[in-house]
Amino acid sequence: MPDYIKQLEEEQLKKENSVFAPGDTVEIYQKIIEGTKERVQIFKGIVIAKKHSGSKETFTVRKVSKGVGVEKIFQLHSPNIAKIVVLKKGKTRRAKLYYLRNRVGKSSTVKEKRS
Amino acid sequence: MGAGILGEKIGMTRIFTKNGESIPVTVILAGPCRVIQRKNLEKDGYNAVQLGFKEVNKKKVSKPIIGHFNKFKVEPLKYMREFKVDDSNKYSSGMEVKVDIFKEGDKVDIISISKGKGFAGAIKRHHFSGGPKTHGQKEYFRSVGSMGATDAARVFKGKKLPGHMGSDRVSMKNIKVVKVDLGRNLILVKGSVPGAKGTMVIINKIV
Repeated sequence: MPDYIKQLEEEQLKKENSVFAPGDTVEIYQKIIEGTKERVQIFKGIVIAKKHSGSKETFTVRKVSKGVGVEKIFQLHSPNIAKIVVLKKGKTRRAKLYYLRNRVGKSSTVKEKRS
Repeated sequence: MGAGILGEKIGMTRIFTKNGESIPVTVILAGPCRVIQRKNLEKDGYNAVQLGFKEVNKKKVSKPIIGHFNKFKVEPLKYMREFKVDDSNKYSSGMEVKVDIFKEGDKVDIISISKGKGFAGAIKRHHFSGGPKTHGQKEYFRSVGSMGATDAARVFKGKKLPGHMGSDRVSMKNIKVVKVDLGRNLILVKGSVPGAKGTMVIINKIV
C-alpha cells in the first residue's frame, strides 16, 4: 500500500519557495482576506527559527516595532503567503536565534554574510 | 437513503484550504466496496444491502463465508457490513460502491472501534480527580474514593469503577468531509476518528 499521507503532504508543498535561513532579513507578503476584499500585508524582520519539515514547515520572524518586540509565525507552504523576499543574508552560528529576544541595540542585530 | 461505504483508517495529517486555513484531517481509504447480498421488504422484512471491502487471501476466509460469497458470485472480501437503504433494487450483486457517493462539504456519520486501553483506573476511565497529593496523605493518590452512602448498605449498580476501557464501538455524528479523492479512493474528514491505524471504519450518510 502506498504511503498516502506522504503523498498528500507532498501535494501541499509549494513548488517554488525562496531559500532563506535563520538570521536572514526577509519581507513576507501575506494575503489577508477581509470579507470579500483581499489585501497584502508586508512583515519585515529577522528569521529567528525554522521548525518542522515538509508541508508543516513554519518559520518565525522577529522585528522591533516602536521599541516593542514583535514575532510572527508563518506557515511556509500556506497559500496565503504570496512571496518571501530575502533582503539580507545573516551570519549565524546557531539555528535558533532566540537569544535576540534578550538583546537591545546593536547586539540585537545579526552580522551580514558577504559572499 | 443510499448505502454508506466501508473504509480503513490510514492516519492523520493537515491540509490547507483555499483560504489558507490549515485544518487537521483523518485520511480514510474507503472502497471500492462490492455489493454482496441484497435484502428486500418482501423476503427479509427490510431493505438493506450487504457491502464487502478489501481484498483478502482466500485461505484466511472460512469455508461457510466463502460459500456465502460464491452464492452471489463475488470474490471473498475481508470486511462485510450491512447498510440500510430505501430501495435495494437499485443495487445489484457485484456492483461497485465507490467513494464518489460523498462530495466535499458533506456531513457524514462515522462508526469505528476505539483504541483499547486495557484495565484502566477510575481517573483515566471516568476522569476522577484522585486523592490529595500532600497534607500527610499516603497511598491514596489515584483511588476511587467513596463507594456511596452508608445507609444504603450496598453499592449501587452502575457505580463508576476501574475496569476495561476502550475497544468500544464509537459513533461520531456530523463530521465534515474535507476532500474526496476518487483516483486513490481516499476520503479526508475533519478532525480525528476513533481507533488505531488500519481499523475498519463505517462511513454513513447522515439520516
